[in-house]
Amino acid sequence: MKRSIVMATALTVTWSLPAAAQTKDANAEFEKFRAEMEESNPAELFELKGEELWKAKRGPKNVSLAESCDLGQGIGKVEGAWVKMPRYFADADAVMDGERRIVWCMTEKQGFKFADIAKKPFQGANDNNAPDITNLVTYVASASKNMKFDMPLHDDKVRDAYETGKAMAAYRAGPYDFSCNTCHGADGKRIRMQNLPNLSSPEGALRGVQGWPGYRMTGGVMLTSQWRMNDCFRQQRFPEPKYASQAVTNLIAYMTGNANGQMYKGPGIKR
Amino acid sequence: MADPMKIRAQMKGDVAEIRILMSHAMETGQRKDAAGNTVPAHFIQSITIDVGGKRVVDGQTGTAISRNPVFGFKMKGAKAGDKVVVNWVDNKGDKRTDEATVA
Amino acid sequence: MKNYIVTIPAAVAVTALLAGCAGGPSRSEAEYRQLALDTIKRDFQAKGQAKYERLTADELQQACNAHANNPPPELAAKLAGAQLATVKLPADDKYLGDWKSGEKIAQSGRGFTWSDKAENPAGGNCYNCHQIGPNESSFGTVGPSLLGYGKTRGNSPEMQKYTYSKIFNAKAFNLCSEMPRFGHAGALNEKQIKDLVALLLDPASPVNK
Repeated sequence: MKRSIVMATALTVTWSLPAAAQTKDANAEFEKFRAEMEESNPAELFELKGEELWKAKRGPKNVSLAESCDLGQGIGKVEGAWVKMPRYFADADAVMDGERRIVWCMTEKQGFKFADIAKKPFQGANDNNAPDITNLVTYVASASKNMKFDMPLHDDKVRDAYETGKAMAAYRAGPYDFSCNTCHGADGKRIRMQNLPNLSSPEGALRGVQGWPGYRMTGGVMLTSQWRMNDCFRQQRFPEPKYASQAVTNLIAYMTGNANGQMYKGPGIKR
Repeated sequence: MADPMKIRAQMKGDVAEIRILMSHAMETGQRKDAAGNTVPAHFIQSITIDVGGKRVVDGQTGTAISRNPVFGFKMKGAKAGDKVVVNWVDNKGDKRTDEATVA
Repeated sequence: MKNYIVTIPAAVAVTALLAGCAGGPSRSEAEYRQLALDTIKRDFQAKGQAKYERLTADELQQACNAHANNPPPELAAKLAGAQLATVKLPADDKYLGDWKSGEKIAQSGRGFTWSDKAENPAGGNCYNCHQIGPNESSFGTVGPSLLGYGKTRGNSPEMQKYTYSKIFNAKAFNLCSEMPRFGHAGALNEKQIKDLVALLLDPASPVNK
């Protein structure tokens, strides 16, 4: 029998070039490949699992998020919720980003223990599966695909989160005197070949919030904004921001506020 | 039980564009875990794709393909409404079949 | 689990009465800086070698933070003097080490993160931000290009001393520079800094070819 040769026009290959072999051309080539992959982003696999989790009755209280969790647009409503967070939630008396809000619903509505979720909130390199919370975040984010970021910055509490996040981004400390802005405060900067978005600009902030949740082809893992903030502080030589804390929400509010009015393309795909 | 695939099949003119996302670890058998033990090879080794009742792909795959692989191709001779059936089997005998309809 | 309660620090609570116009910030920049600091201190935790104390800004960091990296001249002059005084020059008065070893140090981005082992030596992280040698095309642009550094500046004893001091404590020359204070922070030792000085200044180094 004749085996077909029609196979793959686009295989997700995980690659690692020696640093010295990377050039600007390689960057441009990779960008083309990445754009092509947006059409078949493996993030969709995590969306599917997230949707199942959203609708399933789970946790000690045996309720689904679909029947209990209000992301700001009404109980169970996910369409357009992602691009309108962070926002203020009166029931929690806090401004929350999307991931933090889902965690809140899981603890308050479903009865999960926060410590259990926070124990391993991110997919490790080469872990076969992403944590439930990552799948849920990916599902909720995907339900805002092709909608404009519309964080309610006119709300004083959201504004406070935004301004505090802005001040946090400028805060220098630690052995290397770094702040977020050391790398992300000006246009056209790179660490090695990695382009660094200027998070104070609308374009740069959009890159920040567009990227996460995102599928990272290296290692084949799905990662969220909460993870991105966490790993940035590692590289900043800081201690660790607590998972789903106000500190992380503030930074996400700062970026989302700067990205307001621009189109969200749905979960990202990254090198 | 393997996770579902995501299949997208769409007519663009007289050409059908088919893209399939598969959820699979695709372990090469070369990698070591944190404890230094080799992670056993675990990969999809055969894939079949039927469109409108006709087998269009019958292929073998190996460990050179990444985790969560994406397969995309274009074909002539399909029409809207045709059923797309994708089937894979891995080296541990785990398998998965999913369907979609050409739009 | 009450992780979600926002406690507004007392220092800021008194100013919350200030009428905020809708859509704009309701507090001053200084108040947001304080709120940011309080949030960081509450919401960060030690991990690996990254101890909690790292969150506390030292005198120089505080001045840069409080003045958007541009402290008033009097304060700046005082702090610059204090930073220069931290520079420990080599006892043997020799500044040029081995440029080949310097290249390796410049390449390494290791050190000081919570995932680095504290007992392993830190790298210089130099290529992360600077172009340096002509054979490394993967370099960052946070700092200026150093290609041809010695060729354009010469290799005088003064230049050697300046370059050593700059790597030891960049803030002695540019108070709120983005560059870490490698010697002052204990990231690089005397020999490592000498090797980097050689990478930049040795006429035999590819940087100056």
